[in-house]
Amino acid sequence: MYEIRIHSRGGQGGVTAARMMATAAVKDGKFATACPFYGAERRGAPIVSFVRIDDAPVRIYSQINKPDMIVILDPTVMDTVNVLDGLKEGGSIFINTHEEVSFPAGFKVYKADLTGIALRENLVVAGSPILNTPVIGALAKLGLFSRESGVKAINDTFADPRNTSAAKAAYEEVIV
Amino acid sequence: MSELIMSTGNKAVAAAVKMAKPLVVPAYPITPQTEIIESIADYVESGELKARYIPVESEHSAMTAAIGASITGVRVFTATSSHGLLYMHEMLHWAAGARLPIVMGQVNRTLAPGWNIWAEHTDALSQRDTGWLQVYVSTVQEAYDATLMAFRIAEDNRVLLPVMINMDGFLLSHIMQPFEMTEPGDFIPPLDLPHKIDVKDPKGYGAMSPANVHYQFRFDMEKCMRASRTVIDETEAEFAKRFGRTYAPVEEYFCDDADVIIIAMGTLGKEAEVAADLLRKEGVKAGVMRIRWFRPFPLDMNIKGKDLVVIDRDYSFGFGGVVAGEIQARYPDAKIASVIAGLGGQEVTYEDMAEFVRSRKMGTEFWFGIPQEEQ
Repeated sequence: MYEIRIHSRGGQGGVTAARMMATAAVKDGKFATACPFYGAERRGAPIVSFVRIDDAPVRIYSQINKPDMIVILDPTVMDTVNVLDGLKEGGSIFINTHEEVSFPAGFKVYKADLTGIALRENLVVAGSPILNTPVIGALAKLGLFSRESGVKAINDTFADPRNTSAAKAAYEEVIV
Repeated sequence: MSELIMSTGNKAVAAAVKMAKPLVVPAYPITPQTEIIESIADYVESGELKARYIPVESEHSAMTAAIGASITGVRVFTATSSHGLLYMHEMLHWAAGARLPIVMGQVNRTLAPGWNIWAEHTDALSQRDTGWLQVYVSTVQEAYDATLMAFRIAEDNRVLLPVMINMDGFLLSHIMQPFEMTEPGDFIPPLDLPHKIDVKDPKGYGAMSPANVHYQFRFDMEKCMRASRTVIDETEAEFAKRFGRTYAPVEEYFCDDADVIIIAMGTLGKEAEVAADLLRKEGVKAGVMRIRWFRPFPLDMNIKGKDLVVIDRDYSFGFGGVVAGEIQARYPDAKIASVIAGLGGQEVTYEDMAEFVRSRKMGTEFWFGIPQEEQ
């Protein structure tokens, strides 16, 4: 089983990203679940969502405490949240940033400027850049699911072609 | 197999309701159930479901409207949760007593105070004696399948009692899992309510039933509740035959050779399978029984001689865990270690459940998270 924890803020689309990730994995023939942790949080507050991908049906409902990967959609949550909490030795970090980042040794770190991509693609809703479709492209590059299934998962969710263009841009930008 | 769809538990219940085609859906929103009735409202608005959707001003009225519609002989669905269910309480007795096959989605949520929207079973278990059948589900697929089966079971003329489909708040109502949206075809036969109101043949309803007859009505309910065991078995067998997915009133996981069995309902009962896998790797012969149908209560659990670790996500103050208590009452020789865990959405992992088994003290009650010296 591969377990992913997504850090974002309420309203940024972390929950939808989790759903599209699980959908893409299922389209690859895997089993997957996506669950947001519903706390008392509201728009703008740090939130976490969980994705589990496995070769057999997922029977776990509790939260992910030892993720294989963390996805940081909004780096500003790191001011108040220890995003590395429980991350497995050798685990992966994907972060949305255009800046140089440094994390403790022992993890694989990947990044892409999803916010910049969303702004370039004019993928902005109610003043906020949409991060959940470009992140699908970035995670396809990391091999979480196939590129084709990622595109299908986006198209199942959003009709606007800017979403897949943003995902393609993120796919190109991530260096593996 | 048709394509798998990613869906929440709530949306799967709504999709099954659309397939079952109720004619009337009275509804009042409450977290974490609201997505069920919102989805149904969308189906009605788009014409995918040709039903009369009645927005009401309270859950008491929702159930009252369901009763009024059901007695005309049409299929009726509603959904609620937690305080909404309790607000319906009087009318739950009325629906069952009037022998109306209403089907209700019930998302299990904690009762206040303090304010808490997360999973607990005390809401539905406190409605134990209303005469409703109660099933507890553990996956999105099961939520869909159980909803389809609920209509057939409730409407069977050997039953004619309402059915409540219970699903853990957020843990299942809001998780997204792949599921197959099976077309039921003629799996749910048309409803033929023998005592529906008929203006051409007027009769009295809710009339005085004096002491010399009332107990007969109540015994009829119990006879039908007993008969529902057969109807449930038949329905689940027919469902398996047609659609390939098998269910039983109690789902067993590696119980035959087990020395110790975890018993739980809902999502805890599913995650407990992972705990059993973990324990078996350690050489502990562990199994799981996930009670699905709580009413009618299962009478043929094969628990003789085994240690039972019963996890209650509920509590009856001044008595104990409701499920543990019911097992002990029905199986007087049962050896039970009672664990109270998951109240108010308290996080309980499969590792925690494995530890409940390792550290079990038979004949005691253990509250997860409370220091030993205070127990």
